[in-house]
Amino acid sequence: MTEEKSDKTEKSKETTEEAAEEKAEETVEETEQAEKAEEGGEAKAAEEKKAKKSLPKPKAAAKKKPTPRKDEKYLSRNFEIPNAHNLDVYEANGGYRALKKAMKMDGEEIIEEVKKSNLRGRGGAGFPCGIKWSFLPKESDVPKYLVINADEGEPGTFKDRYLMELDPHRHIEGCIIAAWALGIRYCYIFVRGELQFAQRRLNQAIKQAYDAGYLGKNILGQDFDFDIYVHPGAGAYICGEETGLIEGLEGKSGQPRMKPPFPAVVGVFQAPTIVNNVETISSIPFIIENGGQWFADMGIEKNGGPKLYGLSGPVNNPGVYEAPSGITIRELLERYGGGMRDGHELKAFIPGGSSCAVLKPDALDAQMGFETMREAGSSMGTACITFMDTNTCMVRVAARLAHFYHHESCGQCTPCREGSGWAAKVLDSIEAGRGRMEDLDLLLDMCDNIQGNTICALGDSIAIPVRSYLQVFPEEFEDHIKRQSCPYPAWSKRKTSADSDAA
Amino acid sequence: MAVEFSEEAEATFQDLISRYPNNLAAMLPVLHLAQSEFGWISVEVMDYVANRLDVHPTKVLNAATFYTMYNKQPIGKCHIQVCTTLSCALMGGYEIIDYLEDTLGIRVGETTPDGRFTLSEVECLASCGTAPMFQASFCDGEIEYFENLDAERVDEVLKELNEKLEALPLPKDMH
Ligand SMILES: Cc1cc2nc3c(=O)[nH]c(=O)nc-3n(C[C@H](O)[C@H](O)[C@H](O)COP(=O)(O)O)c2cc1C
Ligand code: SF4
Ligand code: FES
Repeated sequence: MTEEKSDKTEKSKETTEEAAEEKAEETVEETEQAEKAEEGGEAKAAEEKKAKKSLPKPKAAAKKKPTPRKDEKYLSRNFEIPNAHNLDVYEANGGYRALKKAMKMDGEEIIEEVKKSNLRGRGGAGFPCGIKWSFLPKESDVPKYLVINADEGEPGTFKDRYLMELDPHRHIEGCIIAAWALGIRYCYIFVRGELQFAQRRLNQAIKQAYDAGYLGKNILGQDFDFDIYVHPGAGAYICGEETGLIEGLEGKSGQPRMKPPFPAVVGVFQAPTIVNNVETISSIPFIIENGGQWFADMGIEKNGGPKLYGLSGPVNNPGVYEAPSGITIRELLERYGGGMRDGHELKAFIPGGSSCAVLKPDALDAQMGFETMREAGSSMGTACITFMDTNTCMVRVAARLAHFYHHESCGQCTPCREGSGWAAKVLDSIEAGRGRMEDLDLLLDMCDNIQGNTICALGDSIAIPVRSYLQVFPEEFEDHIKRQSCPYPAWSKRKTSADSDAA
Repeated sequence: MAVEFSEEAEATFQDLISRYPNNLAAMLPVLHLAQSEFGWISVEVMDYVANRLDVHPTKVLNAATFYTMYNKQPIGKCHIQVCTTLSCALMGGYEIIDYLEDTLGIRVGETTPDGRFTLSEVECLASCGTAPMFQASFCDGEIEYFENLDAERVDEVLKELNEKLEALPLPKDMH
């Protein structure tokens, strides 16, 4: 391995394959640098790094054998390692190396790497993380805050839970790096109240990190103080919206605020605040360790990095899987999900949580990226895909989701509060066999009146999916109305969607 | 019984309020603590919390009513909350409700006469890949997830839960 590499040192890369290989090698190289630095050769390592930056990426000798990139795991690397939630096991597997490296960089440098990485917010909206970070004022009279959105509640979404339960230190390491880069003093991880196991794991890891000097005062001997607290939610989907989250953190009901001002300027406790999703921050250590370009290369245009994908519905292997950005839904379904279960034929899917528009199987080859999914007629959202089979009634699905949003509306805006309840009622009546053809236009009208006319995006989360079911499966709605009944098997002996409003 | 934190809860309370720049921000964790201490959030409990946090009682009422995890009525020792949102509905979440209704002899929203179980239907609990599932919330504040359910597994789980419930008081007797 070593000879082969040094042989190539002088040559510049020619093929993309080589470039990819080189990336993997760079990873190892940077690891070595970090190790060297730890051994006390900081100055030398820094010098070497500088020299390397100006060269057109020469190949370096690698000690370790890089595994094939495609199946290499990052975010889920520790999921299979027993006790990786404990500090010693985490460190033995390379943990907190990225932090040590980051603390030799200055904030601007880190923000640049994150910008270069094309890391998009993993909470659903896909805002470029580096750009968000650059909006946070450098100087502030009051302490700045990092608030982690761990309120995971978008129907169909179940990825952040794994990151918190199985690899909590990775997340904490990401938080500390963000704090170092941005001059942040305090962090609250707002965890969904129901996810007690995740809260316990995080609390335990935070305690270990304090004991090891990664948190608290003078972190790693530097002039850097940072504290993290876990804040439990209490059962309100709307607290997932970033300003609802901030209200909930302040001890109030989670009613979203008007924007602007954005949280980066006026956030929690009136202070400049960065709100990021769990997975976004858990990705940061990999960017620091391997470089922003490396991360960007593992994806498609504007969408970088490894990513967690959730698969649910009647597939053979539902669950959370890691793959690069830009993977097609077909590959996720077939290669990771093992295809649809026997006797279940794919009828429709939702790419990233229930607020995304529904798609038909002809969109299976769309790539998972924010722009590519928009071109396909939906959005990437949380990248947790719900697959539905041919036994699924699209009218009932639309009705069920309308009930969800009605139940979760915080009630501040009339279009959202009233529109969601009305849409649910009309959809229920179509499903129950009492629909009229004019209801279809009425529903579309309602969607138009809700979308864009509300304080937060929950309003759009009702309008966009409801409209999509009507437009993608119009014949199914018409059929219900013509026959005045639902031809699909019931979900329950007793219940129809007409009384499916959750408790 | 008096509404007052035990020594252990008092220590937790002090730790909680030390984590925030103002007491109001400790509302959610303190209400969780109060519910696990006092079984449910009565008007007396709200007053007590308002007192301890030194905030106006309407602020406590506001939070206690907005968030669904706080019980404003005493319910069963164990609150079985079945998810019936889309991914669970597709995988049989409603059948789990049917089965629980038959087995426990109650309907959604009701409590068994012995005060052990309350049954509810809830929205997505971030467990969609292991659907269908339910969450069991105990009156001591613990929450446990039970996933990949079918009738057989539900029977097993109910047995486990019943054993655990022996040792727990009825929420209505907790203050
Ligand atoms: C109704 C609603 C619910 C949301 N729920 C969540 C959630 O549960 N988790 C999350 O990370 N983001 C959620 N978001 C997105 C957040 O508002 C915000 O965009 C995100 O936390 C920003 O972090 P990111 O840039 O790292 O993705 C939600 C947004 C809306 C409008
Ligand atoms: S859109 Fe709905 S959830 Fe959002 S602030 Fe308005 S009423 Fe509340
Ligand atoms: S749909 Fe039931 S846990 Fe998500």
